[in-house]
Amino acid sequence: MSATTAPAAHDAPAIDSNTWDDPARRAPLVTGGLGFRGITDGVCGVVEAPQPPRAWFVAFGASLVFLAILGLMLGYLIITGVGVWGNKSPVFWGWPIVNFVFWVGIGHAGTLISAILYLFRQKWRTGINRAAEAMTIFAVICAGLYPGVHIGRVWAAYYLFPLPNQMDMWPQFRSPLMWDVFAVNTYLTVSALFWYMGLVPDLATLRDRAPTRLRQVLYGFFALGWRGSNRHWHRYERAYLILAALATPLVLSVHSVVSFDFATSQIPGWHTTIFPPYFVAGAIFSGFAMVVTLLVPARKLFGLEHFITMRHLENMNKIILTTGCMVGLAYGTEFFIAAYSGNPLEQFAFLARARAHFGWAYLSMIFCNVVVPQLFWFKKLRTNVWVMFVACIFVNIGMWFERFVIIVTSLTADFLPAAWDYYTPTWVDILTFAGTFGLFMTLFLLFCRFLPMIAISEVKGVLPHEHPDLGFHHDDHGAGAGHGHAKPAEVTP
Amino acid sequence: MSTATLDHAKQAAAAAEAAAPKHAGLLLEFETPAALMKAAEQVRDAGFSKWDCHTPYPVHGLDRCMGIQPTILPWIVLGGGLTGCTLGLILQAYTNGIELPVSLMQAENGVIRELLAPFLPSGYPYVVSGKPIFSIPANIPVMFELTILLSAFAAFFGMWGLNMLPRFHHPVFTSARFKRATNDRFFISIEAEDPRYDRQRTRALADGLGAAHVEELVA
Repeated sequence: MSATTAPAAHDAPAIDSNTWDDPARRAPLVTGGLGFRGITDGVCGVVEAPQPPRAWFVAFGASLVFLAILGLMLGYLIITGVGVWGNKSPVFWGWPIVNFVFWVGIGHAGTLISAILYLFRQKWRTGINRAAEAMTIFAVICAGLYPGVHIGRVWAAYYLFPLPNQMDMWPQFRSPLMWDVFAVNTYLTVSALFWYMGLVPDLATLRDRAPTRLRQVLYGFFALGWRGSNRHWHRYERAYLILAALATPLVLSVHSVVSFDFATSQIPGWHTTIFPPYFVAGAIFSGFAMVVTLLVPARKLFGLEHFITMRHLENMNKIILTTGCMVGLAYGTEFFIAAYSGNPLEQFAFLARARAHFGWAYLSMIFCNVVVPQLFWFKKLRTNVWVMFVACIFVNIGMWFERFVIIVTSLTADFLPAAWDYYTPTWVDILTFAGTFGLFMTLFLLFCRFLPMIAISEVKGVLPHEHPDLGFHHDDHGAGAGHGHAKPAEVTP
Repeated sequence: MSTATLDHAKQAAAAAEAAAPKHAGLLLEFETPAALMKAAEQVRDAGFSKWDCHTPYPVHGLDRCMGIQPTILPWIVLGGGLTGCTLGLILQAYTNGIELPVSLMQAENGVIRELLAPFLPSGYPYVVSGKPIFSIPANIPVMFELTILLSAFAAFFGMWGLNMLPRFHHPVFTSARFKRATNDRFFISIEAEDPRYDRQRTRALADGLGAAHVEELVA
């Protein structure tokens, strides 16, 4: 295969040269021959540059405009009432819930990368976990917005929580919506803790390199006085492992619980046991697609190609291919079960979903989620940034349509034909959704500018000279075969 | 006037004495993790207890070289998880399944009623879809989420607590070279408070550990 053409590690590898398939030759996770200092400089350089790239300003300006639109739409909604949305009988769960599920799904990749891949010792996660976790938190914030405003009386949002009150009124814990409150809030909290904990050693790096006093104080405050103590690292690593072990069932539970919102109801097309695994696979699928969508431009813009290498992107594309096939299998299984169940309502719901008024949405979903990812069977295509960028945008669109199809088609034609109706979103629905992208991108761009996008300390820990047993005996880092640790290469003198 | 000047001078002298750099220990700098690990073994064998290694990333195997005992953190997390699980069960059983404080408040004993009423809101049991007032299966998701949440809190805050962080002042921060401990250098610090610490002898030991640079820390 391509192993014969793969350049040796000491050939001063070009940026994208680590995608060979020969398992006997482990591919480097950081290219460009960077040593410890090269890694620090490369990552901190983004934050310490006097000015971000011009493209950053353009993107940030556009994001702020959409953020402002979101503010206006939410203000209009709160002043006027939920009638400004397209939600009406029989579709009371329109775009707000579609978008909620869409954003929660996107928020699954980060914790998957940081927790599940950590437990499986997938060391390539270190290049992408920081940005993916940040993206997760921002996506969950966007998601959390929707239930908050969907309740109509926003000022009573605290009813979602079991707070003691003079009416002795409590949430009903037998409702999956209540489980959702706990699942999403726990997920947001644990993801944020995990993310911040990972950030602390890197914030200390930024503190120690800070060019200005203000930065030193700010980064220093959030670095909590971290001094790289090995006694601290010992507990830190144990806490990291425990958090990963806790976050793994958590990330699987969140979209399972979201799917319970549907699966425990009696609406045909929702009332199916396949929903939890199917939703989780879809969430990972859409989450990775969003990570690729964000990181392909970001690595180029901030010059992080040595850290987020082509191999990282290729690995993510393989996961997208896998989960895309799982989602495709779930679509097929749903139809099979509907046919096999002998339940006419179920059969009707699925046939109507694919063939009736919303057939166009169903076809878009199948095309984007099942057909497009098949491109990634071909190595040429899955290692081409343009192909993967476009394909992942298709996946994002397709996963939005999946939620739309599930929610809207099942509600438009339920048990009572007299109540059937078509569903159309209003301009407020559309602009609010566009606005959440503004919120998401604003947060992400601020993150890129002010925090280290790559987990510096974690990347240093997976350098080949840290693990001479992995077959890097002939690289230019001077790793001695017989000795556990060798002098790190210093790229910048 | 002269007494005032004298007092002032006295105060200044006292302040200067207080501010005079106090010897706080030694800081050894190494260029590679291998050199650090070798030196750490020797410091460990010399019997020091108040000493530490400082590395830009967790160096695996260094725990053994330093003789660090496994942390008790997992037990703290277990405690957090059990608390969360129990809390989730009690929360749901109480709010949806029990009317206990109401019966207390209807009690003859006015003292209990007066004491409890303002602080203890009643639960609110009601029947949904003919299901039992209280049943475990419907309560598992919330119990699970609270188990995870409190375990994560225990892991996160427990770790910082055991590490005694945040702590913004430490003698190692007085060294300008120490800034590279978060970048590309590896350090050993030995604190003067260690019972085995002796300024001359420890310095001699430090000089023999193959460090690239040895300096004295001030506090």
